Amino acid sequence: MNFISPPYLHAETSVRRVMNRVMLALLPGIVVYTALVGVAIIVQILLACFFALLFEGLFQKLRGRSLASLQDGSALVTACLIALTFPPLSPWWLTVLGVFFAIVIAKQLYGGLGQNPFNPAMIAFAVCIVAFPALMSQWPAQGLYLPLSQQMEVIFGVSPRIDALTAATPLDAIKTALKMDSFTGSIQELLKSQSLYGTFAGRGWEWVTTAYLVGGLFLVQRRVITWQVPVAFLASMTVISLICWLVDPTRFSDPLFHLFSGGTMLGAFFIATDPVSGCATPTGKLIFGGGAGLLAYLIRVFGGFPDGIAFSILMMNICAPLIDVYTQPAIFGMRRGGKKKEREHE
Amino acid sequence: MTSRKTFQTIAWNGIWKQNTSFAQILGLCPLLAVSTNMVNGVMLSLATLIVMALSNIAVASLRHLIPHEIRIPVFILIVAALVTVVDLLFNALYHELYVILGIFIPLITTNCIVLARVEAFAGKNPPVESLFDGVFMGVGMLWSLALLGALRELISGGTLLSGIDMVIPGARAIQVLPEEYPGFLLAALPPGAFILLGVLIAGKNWLDIRAAARQKSRPAAPLAAAAENA
Repeated sequence: MNFISPPYLHAETSVRRVMNRVMLALLPGIVVYTALVGVAIIVQILLACFFALLFEGLFQKLRGRSLASLQDGSALVTACLIALTFPPLSPWWLTVLGVFFAIVIAKQLYGGLGQNPFNPAMIAFAVCIVAFPALMSQWPAQGLYLPLSQQMEVIFGVSPRIDALTAATPLDAIKTALKMDSFTGSIQELLKSQSLYGTFAGRGWEWVTTAYLVGGLFLVQRRVITWQVPVAFLASMTVISLICWLVDPTRFSDPLFHLFSGGTMLGAFFIATDPVSGCATPTGKLIFGGGAGLLAYLIRVFGGFPDGIAFSILMMNICAPLIDVYTQPAIFGMRRGGKKKEREHE
Repeated sequence: MTSRKTFQTIAWNGIWKQNTSFAQILGLCPLLAVSTNMVNGVMLSLATLIVMALSNIAVASLRHLIPHEIRIPVFILIVAALVTVVDLLFNALYHELYVILGIFIPLITTNCIVLARVEAFAGKNPPVESLFDGVFMGVGMLWSLALLGALRELISGGTLLSGIDMVIPGARAIQVLPEEYPGFLLAALPPGAFILLGVLIAGKNWLDIRAAARQKSRPAAPLAAAAENA
């Protein structure tokens, strides 16, 4: 028998390795997304990646830091998340603006990788949806499949943007219905009548989010992320949507719909798990994920924006340092809070 | 009699070195709320300038009569009286603008810049210097609010001097960027103002550091070299 004697060393984990795995985990989502909306999304990803590296390099240079950090892939992951959360046919400058805010304002100005208090990709989303609400809500209509040349014309602003290209997302539809006083009938009927409903969630989008779930589970399995944040995120969203749904099933959608619509899966596995802007302690991660899931549901259902993931995660980012302070695990031999255990017989 | 040099220092402090917005970072509330365009920023700064100049003279003249223990309430009373005058003046002269600036004109009373100058300068210096200080602190605030307002206006809507007709009848705003410019709403919102203010403060610090480095390297070069050799 072969025995290996201790000390056992862990395989070295580097930022680059983690980021490569995250990119790999995003791949199924990107593939399904491409099948759904066309090559436009690939173009957006490439555009975002190019400008992310450009801004990152420029500001590392300006700050007198080495350009080696370009290779760690963190800017690329941010760029991919931006491209995946923005509407696929958004104009090129909107994507570039988002990347600028993410890389320059949210990351480099705070001191670069590891120093940013907020998730850069979500800052990009929040800035753009506040500044350009109309453009950020133009999601391609279901079943619309433009040829590549036409998609490029829309993205690069050669041809005018046509409103007919876009339609309400399933989340938009239920929000509008909720706000109409005269609305009668049920959410399910409404979604079916607009052919927005697929097998178990928004048509088409359900498979994209399922692919994100697969990628996310891969990350959990590879120990790139811990289970706490996604589980707490999805659990709190399930609970709150279940409560609302049980109270009034005609006005609120079922939990499955919410789990597989909008940015839930992407947010739970890829964004809320950001090790920099999130919580560090295990209990803190549970609170962080749970809070983000709850807020995301409240914002997406009762708020004014199409989806609540970005704002909920940013709000939890603000709370993360405080949560970490109050959830410090006890050090071995110490009580919580670092005080030494008193001996009992004394 | 105070020398010319003293007045130069006061002026330089007000305009650049102790600039209310970029160095002391005082009065952020009106700064962020009102600097959405150049005209609003300039007009509120003008109102503040008038109040600061007058309150500085008043306090400096009365400084020996005001008991130290209750000086703050007395200062505030003087400032509030002057703000009321300016408030009525604005209402009479520029009514439309007055409506837009709204609560921020009465709030000059509580603006920490005014109280800071009264407390830190006018309470300890003679009236003429105090008047000078009030005016130049106001000028400092004026150009910074004008710059911030101009940037916010330009980025959020592509225009300059919008609303100028409320001050000078018949004057028109300048469309700087083409009409198709989609407008970047963030610049008109408080977060955009914070980001731009940060950028401007960084710019001022950069200029200061560069100037300091130059001053060091120019006359002191031979000395520094000698020191290094020794």
